[in-house]
Amino acid sequence: MNIYVLLKKTFDTEEAITVTNGQIDESGAEFIINPYDEYAVEEAIVQRDQHGGTVTVVTIGNEDSEKQLRTALAMGADHAVLIDTDDDLEEGDSYTTVKILEKFFEDKEVDLILAGNVAIDEASGQVGPRLAERLTIPFVTTIVKLEIEDGTAKIEKDVEGDLEKIEVSLPLLVTCQQGLNEPRYTSLPGIMKAKKKLLEKLELDDLDLDSDDVESKTATVSIFLPPKKQAGRMLQGEMASQVKELVDLLSNEAKVI
Amino acid sequence: MSEKILVIGELQQGVLRRVSFETIAAAKQVHAHAEVVALVMGDGELQRAAEEMIQYGADRAITVCHANLANYTSEGFGQVIMEVMQEENPAGVIMGHTAAGKDVTPKIASRLDLGLVSDAVAIENDGSQVIFTRPIYSGKAFEKKVIKGDGLVFATIRPNNIAALEKVESRTGVITAKAVDVKDLRTIVKEVIRKKTTGVDLSEAKIVIAGGRGVKSAGGFQSLYELADLLGGAVGASRGACDAGYCDYSLQIGQTGKVVTPDLYIAVGISGAIQHMAGMSNSKVIVAINSDEEASIFNVADYGIVGDLFEVLPLFIEEIKLAGALVS
Repeated sequence: MNIYVLLKKTFDTEEAITVTNGQIDESGAEFIINPYDEYAVEEAIVQRDQHGGTVTVVTIGNEDSEKQLRTALAMGADHAVLIDTDDDLEEGDSYTTVKILEKFFEDKEVDLILAGNVAIDEASGQVGPRLAERLTIPFVTTIVKLEIEDGTAKIEKDVEGDLEKIEVSLPLLVTCQQGLNEPRYTSLPGIMKAKKKLLEKLELDDLDLDSDDVESKTATVSIFLPPKKQAGRMLQGEMASQVKELVDLLSNEAKVI
Repeated sequence: MSEKILVIGELQQGVLRRVSFETIAAAKQVHAHAEVVALVMGDGELQRAAEEMIQYGADRAITVCHANLANYTSEGFGQVIMEVMQEENPAGVIMGHTAAGKDVTPKIASRLDLGLVSDAVAIENDGSQVIFTRPIYSGKAFEKKVIKGDGLVFATIRPNNIAALEKVESRTGVITAKAVDVKDLRTIVKEVIRKKTTGVDLSEAKIVIAGGRGVKSAGGFQSLYELADLLGGAVGASRGACDAGYCDYSLQIGQTGKVVTPDLYIAVGISGAIQHMAGMSNSKVIVAINSDEEASIFNVADYGIVGDLFEVLPLFIEEIKLAGALVS
């Protein structure tokens, strides 16, 4: 099977967010593989080990994205592709990303594409469905179980807490939800091996694209932090009277119950 | 100005989800005098839902009934929405940022080469353009976003953030049943397993009771469910509680998991890791109950009780029962 994983690097979830000059301040921040993409990498490796084939991890980013690709290779992916848009693009959106990926996949034989169901930074969740539509293959989002047999995928999909059992034939794009698997940690031998694996670097030019071809359909006009919360009220006294006071405050002051 | 906006009414087991009504209010924020056309699709009786969309402010409604719409699929719903878009040629399309909305809108946007703003929590029209506010980094920050040029105003809205208009029982409008041949579905839904314990959806709940590691066991969550039932709310959890196996991952609130913005969020035995706070700190009123007075959850709480949750919760439940008359 030819398995591809779409990967994005994101801020570490531990990071507090600060805004400088109207932009998210990235200086000094730690970056990780988007947590939902980690499930995708893990699942790709599991499926390859079961059915044979290769796992190729693809990211669009800058030269720093190599770090997350090496991590995916150390987990067990076979190849990695970095599409470096740093020199060509000022701003992009999901439309931009998918334009680039569509071109990348143009000459590829694909059986399965996996992605995270959402990136925890921009969180639009559009790239997976958008790409599947461009490649005219079916997609299933937020999957929590995947079994492939004779070219058919049996899938369990999380639907806001309910579970749907879905059948669909390959080629297919899926986006991964928490609960699908437990991503493995990288091992030292894995990290050593990863250094020798193929990491291909492309720019828009290599895909016969220029920045006009992939111009975004949306634009961000400003970024800001939510207002700081005022310090709240700590209740005091006997527990029973604290609870009584709380219920009174919620119904009469806050008016939420 | 006769701007037409198409909104999607979303049925859940035959009943419209509340976010459906919020899309109508959102359409009016896109263009104050918009003609709002509601689309309701499914397999079964749709007339009543269509009437309800009109009572909530839609000017008219279109229903599409087909056996292949019994279960949501991006292909089935996508075909219908695109066919209606082609016929109506709206200036905008608004849907809830729900499982279905997240799934089908990017498919349509991609097919039609459109920009799409997902998960908007506020909308303003400044006269020259429509500006959407949406959370990024799980609510640690916000961005204002526009669709460039004069492209279709296409967005999904987060439940619970844009207030629905008042329901007017006497409002009427034309309801048209439209025939669409929904076909060639490649994704087949074999079975739907309902796991949700209450009727209230976590992402749409006005009140959320969330438990953390402090709840200590799956059994410990029972009192949270009892309180949620009394208040008409939903139960959520921290990652810690999910990892420990106290509850299903589908209840997880945080940077991974769901982001919720209810009117009332009650955090029980949750310390308040930054990842969890990202998922709930924009709730309107936050109550924290924790035995550790240093717990960082108290930094975002409007009301805090330092105490043993196993002592506090039974008292809380009793008090709510007593105040029963106040509870809507």
